[in-house]
Amino acid sequence: MNALLHQMFSGLASGGIYASVALALVMIYQATHLVNFAQGELAMFSTYISWSLMQAGLPYWGAFFITVAAAFVIGVLIERVIVQPVENAPILSVVIVFIGLLVILNSLAGWIFSYTIKPFPSPFPERPLFGNSYVSSHELGSIGITLIVLALVFVFFRFTPLGLAMRAAAQNPASSRLVGIRVGWMLALGWGLAAAIGAIAGIMVAPAVFLEPNMMAGILLYAFAGALLGGIDSPGGAVLGGFIVGVLENVVGAILGTDIRLTVALVLIIGVLVVRPSGLFGKVRVTRV
Amino acid sequence: MAIACALPFVLSNYRVFQLTLALVYAIALLGLNMLTGYNGQISLGHGAFYATGAYVAAILMDRFGVPYWLTVPAAGAVCLLAGFLFGLPALRLEGLYLALATYALGVAMPQILKYRHIEGWTGGAQGIVIAKPEAPAWSGLSQDQWLYFVVLLCALGMFAIGWNLLRGRMGRAMVAIRDQPIAAEAMGVNTAMVKSMTFGVSAMFTGVSGALGAIVVQFVAPDSFSILLSISLVVGIVIGGLASIQGAIYGALFIQFVPNLADQISKAAPWAIYGVFLIAFMYVMPTGVAGLVRLVCVRLGRWRR
Repeated sequence: MNALLHQMFSGLASGGIYASVALALVMIYQATHLVNFAQGELAMFSTYISWSLMQAGLPYWGAFFITVAAAFVIGVLIERVIVQPVENAPILSVVIVFIGLLVILNSLAGWIFSYTIKPFPSPFPERPLFGNSYVSSHELGSIGITLIVLALVFVFFRFTPLGLAMRAAAQNPASSRLVGIRVGWMLALGWGLAAAIGAIAGIMVAPAVFLEPNMMAGILLYAFAGALLGGIDSPGGAVLGGFIVGVLENVVGAILGTDIRLTVALVLIIGVLVVRPSGLFGKVRVTRV
Repeated sequence: MAIACALPFVLSNYRVFQLTLALVYAIALLGLNMLTGYNGQISLGHGAFYATGAYVAAILMDRFGVPYWLTVPAAGAVCLLAGFLFGLPALRLEGLYLALATYALGVAMPQILKYRHIEGWTGGAQGIVIAKPEAPAWSGLSQDQWLYFVVLLCALGMFAIGWNLLRGRMGRAMVAIRDQPIAAEAMGVNTAMVKSMTFGVSAMFTGVSGALGAIVVQFVAPDSFSILLSISLVVGIVIGGLASIQGAIYGALFIQFVPNLADQISKAAPWAIYGVFLIAFMYVMPTGVAGLVRLVCVRLGRWRR
């Protein structure tokens, strides 16, 4: 029972990370109906930026906020320069461009920062909170930060004019243009936000999995599973899906052995796509022939 | 063709080995091209079928002592079935979602291969070492040269099968489903059957290629079949040319030789080059090298007149 509780809390902590990346995926999907395969590598690259800032002497939170801003800018640039020309191309071209982006970011990180595994500091104290043995301070801290980020994103989209404009641009680009919204820049903004959220997720997960160019590959897969489970066009659903996948992965891993975890994600993805493609909270899309 | 036959006698053993591997990749690329180029189903997980073929061959050779030339059709048969079975649920998945599902398959494959409970068969993380087939005494060839000709023969056979398939009814049905799925269905094409069969046949090609690859490299291990292999295959068909048979050869030469050259620049360079080429080709040369060659031939033909 003890062990199960421990696994569940670990699962919630990793679930927070998956939820963040899943949220970033959903943001891009909502705006463009495309799944960004390079999301993980973007997050990883941003984490490397924060690492080099800290190596240069900046304090943790200074590096954190600068990195988030830098990730935002990089996201906007990528959308404007690389993604926008292939927006209306057949899906195969878009997927190939994303895979190309994934590969470039991965090798760029390896080239600039080398492939050696690096430790990454955590801003939270070493000792577990309240002396409990279930969840470390870092795990609690990352869940906390995930929830804060989610709350901020929710408030942004719900209560600010810019958020409203972005939602409009995603739902109905033609009408939005008629009202005067610059749809192209709204998409770029969406990418920037998604990149920033991904960066936060990367910084939160790096202390646990250690910083190396391939650290996000497995996490991206779990984030896909979470986003699909919750509904690829529902931000709240994606977040919930992320947490569920985190807990499921840890619990199943504890029961069946840790070497089968990625297969859990695979089975989950295929299962969700076959049984209920719109996920738990997504909209069921019906197209006319 | 004559050049292909003469090469093993002119080049060093290592080059012959590399060329043999390029031929092996060409078969796999033809399989993937059939699925993605001709039929429009994106697969980011074909490395998994390559791995399946390789492991079938390795297990048959190592645990059961089956002669190497029998393992190749066996691997093909197993992958035909596996691909067909994967293709059935994949029928419900369109474009992006299929890419996601196959990506998941590609990422999960190394872990599946390392799974404890089948370690007795698969050799776990260390994999299986295979003995290199001996060239028969009457040929007077070295092992590498003999393997080259065996693979060349298999490649010719597979290309002939592929060419026949793509020229005939099945090929036309595949392209029809890619371009206008609803119209194809309305015209009487059994979409579900064709799509699943294409998945199966494509997996069979890749499985055969995997088995040959395992025999050539003499070693199978889970980590050599990661998602990067699947991505390499996609790079191959994009560079070589989607929906073209010769494209498989150009693509194979690219993914075999470019990493070796790029490695000398830096460890990260091969993948950076892959990524840049992927994006550049999508913008500039969507039909790949095969398309370029076709264009040049047409232009030359016109100029000569």
